[in-house]
Amino acid sequence: MEEYNASYLLVAIFIALGIFLPVAALTLGRLLRPKKPEEMKYTTYESGVDPVGSGNIRFNIRYYIFALMFVLFDVEIVFLYPWAVAYGQLGLFALIEMLIFIVLFLVGLIYAWKKKVLKWTTF
Amino acid sequence: MADLMQQPITWGSVSLMVLSAAVLLLIVLGYVTYAILFERKVIGWIQGRHGPNRLGPFGLLQTVADVIKLLIKEDIVPRNADRALFILAPVIVFVPSFTVLATIPYTRNLPFADLNVGLLYYAAISSISALGMLLGGWASNNKYSLIGGMRSAAQMISYEIPLVISFIGVILMSGSLRLSTIVEEQGPWFWQWNFVPQILGFLVFIVAALAELNRTPFDLPEAESELVAGYFTEYSGFRFAFFMLAEYVYVYAIAALTTILFLGGWHPPFPFLDFIPGIIWFLLKFCLVVFTIFWIRATMPRMRGDHLMSFGWKVLLPLSLINVFITAVVLEILR
Repeated sequence: MEEYNASYLLVAIFIALGIFLPVAALTLGRLLRPKKPEEMKYTTYESGVDPVGSGNIRFNIRYYIFALMFVLFDVEIVFLYPWAVAYGQLGLFALIEMLIFIVLFLVGLIYAWKKKVLKWTTF
Repeated sequence: MADLMQQPITWGSVSLMVLSAAVLLLIVLGYVTYAILFERKVIGWIQGRHGPNRLGPFGLLQTVADVIKLLIKEDIVPRNADRALFILAPVIVFVPSFTVLATIPYTRNLPFADLNVGLLYYAAISSISALGMLLGGWASNNKYSLIGGMRSAAQMISYEIPLVISFIGVILMSGSLRLSTIVEEQGPWFWQWNFVPQILGFLVFIVAALAELNRTPFDLPEAESELVAGYFTEYSGFRFAFFMLAEYVYVYAIAALTTILFLGGWHPPFPFLDFIPGIIWFLLKFCLVVFTIFWIRATMPRMRGDHLMSFGWKVLLPLSLINVFITAVVLEILR
């Protein structure tokens, strides 16, 4: 129990240090860096010309579909991890069960494949 | 360190933990400084150049000078940017990259936070960085940044799945998510380490890890010939430095993880070399992996975007699932 608590305390310390470093470096940088505001400096970069329209352009719907597929497979992985840890005690039955589970996902992947979801026409 | 974790929590042990984490942070920063120099030198030598050689002997102070230069650069936040998110994004990218190092064990006596869910912790925390890249790209309100951010997010989530599934073969071999147990379960001879029985998983892991690191041949998010600098186009000074820092800290994390999962961690390649301390073996393997990552960068051209996505989903994902099943079936037969 002691080790369990101490481990997660150390994780919390790592997170705190990870936040501390950027905050400290940027605060220190404020003392060192110059500040000479000029209107043109604050324009959005677009290869040296004035930006055309808004920066928030519409982008391809495929990104959204990939995000959906990612969520599906991530959920699958959530089930695979405990299965893999306990596999030594579970045996053949668990293997066949997991095979059925994965095949269900593979059917989905093959469906997406045939629907040409995985094919990028524009990137 | 291992004794420290067993003791009840007192102010003394907490301050020792803070000290050890701070020392690790300094080591990581020192590593990043010289990893960048080493990368530039290696690429220089491979291309028949000298690499940086002006500042200090053999250019040893080059990266130090670069950091100082970044520190005294003016901090520019574009007028059209979403200011709060723009400032937050580099921190969101950097913090997970350092936090994953908490669970990496270096030797038997130096495990840091040896979590019983270590590998799951690594997979979960490291994927937060993709969010920071997407945020940085979106908050810049710049077309190049937005496209770069979307590309990074798409690439990172696509390659995270084969990466995380390739871990499962290793988990099946050792029956634990604890990284120190995974190392102990690998045998004393080098052909008993996981990269031999898990060769398919190892290959999937290496390719997916390179893509997760956004490094050549998978550095499309920063394809400078088409996207300027990708999601950090608008970033300058030290905010930009934190994106780069996070990238190199992830190289550290992935190299350490490769060593632990597949290359036997602190075990020597032959049992009779046991008199050399484990940390030396760990560092040797770690350096070998870091060198290989830089070597690949100097050797391979960048992939095409559509090839990248279809390779991840159509080749790596089925291969990683096949690896899980081969491992599970062989373990069942051997039982």
